[in-house]
Amino acid sequence: MRRRNLLAGLAATLTAGCTRIGQSETFGTLVDAAEGLHRRAHRAMGGPAPLAREYPRSAISPFFRGNGSIDVATDAYRAHQASGFADWRLAVGGMVERPMQLSLADLTALPQRTQITRHDCVEGWSAIGEWTGPQLGPILERAGVRPEARYILFRCADLLGGAPYYESCDLADAFHPQTIIAHRLNGDPLPVQNGAPLRLRLERQLGYKHAKYLAGIEAVASLEGIGGGKGGYWEDRGYQWYAGI
Amino acid sequence: MRRRHALSTRLWHWINALSLVVLFMSGLNISNAHPRLYWGDKGFTPAEAWAEIPRFPHWLTIPDHYSLAAARDWHVLFAWVFALSLLLFMVAALRNRHFARDLVTRAREWRPAAIGADIRAHLRLRFDHGGGKYNFLQKLSYGVVLFILLPLMILTGMAMSPGVDAAWGWLGAALGGRQSARSLHFIAAWGLVGFSVGHVVLVLLSGPWGQVRAMITGGRTDEAA
Repeated sequence: MRRRNLLAGLAATLTAGCTRIGQSETFGTLVDAAEGLHRRAHRAMGGPAPLAREYPRSAISPFFRGNGSIDVATDAYRAHQASGFADWRLAVGGMVERPMQLSLADLTALPQRTQITRHDCVEGWSAIGEWTGPQLGPILERAGVRPEARYILFRCADLLGGAPYYESCDLADAFHPQTIIAHRLNGDPLPVQNGAPLRLRLERQLGYKHAKYLAGIEAVASLEGIGGGKGGYWEDRGYQWYAGI
Repeated sequence: MRRRHALSTRLWHWINALSLVVLFMSGLNISNAHPRLYWGDKGFTPAEAWAEIPRFPHWLTIPDHYSLAAARDWHVLFAWVFALSLLLFMVAALRNRHFARDLVTRAREWRPAAIGADIRAHLRLRFDHGGGKYNFLQKLSYGVVLFILLPLMILTGMAMSPGVDAAWGWLGAALGGRQSARSLHFIAAWGLVGFSVGHVVLVLLSGPWGQVRAMITGGRTDEAA
């Protein structure tokens, strides 16, 4: 028993030490460098725009979990829900030539892409679902992204733990053919727990990048000064901005 | 004078030991985020799971409290240290003929009688190497670790990454899907724990000071092992 206590004590000293190192600035710099290395390695491995794996219908998960926010507890959202989101608008703005307000009817009138893909949560589980919606690339082309813009920002209607949810990606991911604004899951209108009426699908990255309850898209030059400045709700809480790993 | 352990072997041994400890303990923190394992590509519900994993206590995890974000930082940073040092060691071990000289087994070593004799010698705590540097069981366990378990950790880790999966979909498919890769990652990690325990126990039983000193300074070839 004493030996076990000794082992536990050794392990605890190690974990406490690592916790302190983990909070240091040097460690943060190393972690950021590793994140950049992953992103560049992934892009180098697959060529310019590899597609995330797509599955047959038979692979679809019987139940697609809603994680994080699974509802938006505001009167405005309840009213949208009651009217079938007929008045919901997706604002496209920021550093674009032609800002737009798109309704669900506008979005469904665009050419649609349907893809059966795997959703990988950072926690470790995976679910497969069929998503339908217009590609983000052509919407951004119509809006005319200005050359100084480097990121696309996604604003959401939900609060998680009292803070607004948001996300961002680089232009390579925004213009990727599988990056769509989904309004259907498995052929039905997007359920509330999965982000009704609109959610981003950013295949090739983890689940927290796929912003739900999508209300606005902005082209920006920098992520500083937005939310906590790290490019997303979970990024502000320590998670990697490049979530391809 | 030729050293018992080449400099590349010694450097890699200690870098690898540190990497494995950090990867294992941060991995336990990551496991706590969703302690269920599945086969195939998908899985979330208990009904789909083949294993429910107990939650690991915080004195055993990096960092020393539940933090998936910080644990992932440690894990994917040391994944580079682990994978690149293994690659460099393997190149060095091919060039200095460490693999060819010390790890390759001969047909006669695989005879049941010879294996039985080796097992009996181990049980009597007699670690005779029969002229070579390593005995058969040593070669076998080092071979399984170097060429199966360690590469499997890297490949299954890569297959879990959605970015790698988009670029190299064949890898995840070859491993049976993303959740199978995750399960194999978990199993192989405990396989490495099993090896490490055996490794340390055998070092303790076979003259720990000389063994550890040789792995630090290189030792001398004529030293008894």
